[in-house]
Amino acid sequence: MVLLTLVAAIFLTILPLPVAGEDLRPQWVAMTLIFWALALPDRVGVFWAFGNGLLLDVATGTLLGHHALGLSLVVYVAVELHARVRIFPLWQQALLVWLLLVLERLLALWVLGATGQPMPSLTYWGSTFMGLLLWPWLSVVLRDLAHRAGAV
Amino acid sequence: MSGVAGIGSAGCSARVDAIKPLFLHGPSPTFRVILASVAALGLIVADHRYHHLDVFRATLAVMVYPLQVLADLPVRLARNAKDRMADERMLRDQNEALRRDNLVLNARLQRLLALESENMRLRDLLGSSFRIGERVLIAEILAVDLDPGRQQVIVNKGTSSGVFVGQPVLDANAVMGQVVRTNPLSSTVLLITDSEHALPVEVNRNGLRTIARGTGVGQDLELLHIPKNADIRVGDLLVTSGMGGRFPRGYPVARVTGVRHAPDDPFTVVTAQPTARLDRSREVLLVWTLSPESQNESLGDAAAANGIPGPEGRVGAAP
Repeated sequence: MVLLTLVAAIFLTILPLPVAGEDLRPQWVAMTLIFWALALPDRVGVFWAFGNGLLLDVATGTLLGHHALGLSLVVYVAVELHARVRIFPLWQQALLVWLLLVLERLLALWVLGATGQPMPSLTYWGSTFMGLLLWPWLSVVLRDLAHRAGAV
Repeated sequence: MSGVAGIGSAGCSARVDAIKPLFLHGPSPTFRVILASVAALGLIVADHRYHHLDVFRATLAVMVYPLQVLADLPVRLARNAKDRMADERMLRDQNEALRRDNLVLNARLQRLLALESENMRLRDLLGSSFRIGERVLIAEILAVDLDPGRQQVIVNKGTSSGVFVGQPVLDANAVMGQVVRTNPLSSTVLLITDSEHALPVEVNRNGLRTIARGTGVGQDLELLHIPKNADIRVGDLLVTSGMGGRFPRGYPVARVTGVRHAPDDPFTVVTAQPTARLDRSREVLLVWTLSPESQNESLGDAAAANGIPGPEGRVGAAP
């Protein structure tokens, strides 16, 4: 179940979009991982994030570890805070998730800078706002899926 | 949204928490995240600096390949549907145009053959050796979105078709890039416009040698270290010079679009636009440069040589 949604997230990440939409593509994998880390912190943890990050790196042709680093740290924060975040109202949750998404992007940017790759433009941050907007819907859909599969 | 709209049912997880054994959970999340971060940093360094991870990466890439093919599917289906819906008149027009092109190209090829043999003769007279004749394999670009900051594409031919790292990639018009990573089923091509790609070129008009580097943004190349008094003009065609040893000599690369003399810059700033249709091509050509011996071999059994399957043809003729 978890695996399936993560595979779907990677699929959505590499699905071709028109050039204008490329910068607005939400961080599907990060959002899905955060959801599962909040919902099932005992099952989905840092190593899941790490493995998924590696797959994402290979799928999108970045340096190995580029996404793995950010995702691991973000999921760590989510696992540590899950007990508190779960009882937040949805909009507060969305804001916190937005912060996590920004953190993930920031770490990815740092890796880009540290390895001397070209810096993206300001629209790089656009995807985090898409994540903020999409989070309530994504969490409702995923929760529904999880209930049906009996995972939660 | 008000009230408890958190994730998961609190009651259920509380029950799980209550019976959770304290010490049976392996390393704590903190330990795990430190481990994962260190591993990630190590991987970044190893991948960036040393390229030791190519096998590991190829293994993962094979796992991801079905997803990439799946992501390519909608575009492929749309193209198929479009082809299917083409009416008879359109097909006839297309056919006509292709036939005309073919005629023109064949006529040009005849002249090229004559010129080529003449060239070989002259070179023999000069005593210089010259490698000529290539084998090409047609590969298709998978419509998969990669990291938007890099100029890379994935093509659907890999080491099982004989593709190797460093192999030149062309389209019908010009040089597109080179293979940077391979796995058995697919390979990644770095386009010439990527900021980490540099390509030795020469000006076709007068043989001025220079290096064309990608800018990473947009579809432009810049030429490095052109002195102020160099003879270069807008509209000059740049062709590969073959100096780097990777690209065969004489393929068109780009056309100069801007020459600017900045007073504070010791060099002329020259920009060029690739003649390859980097963002529009669907099929690309992977090129093997053949030495004269292997050329004769492949003349003998063109299809089976080197175990390279797929549609293939030879560009240029054997001497």
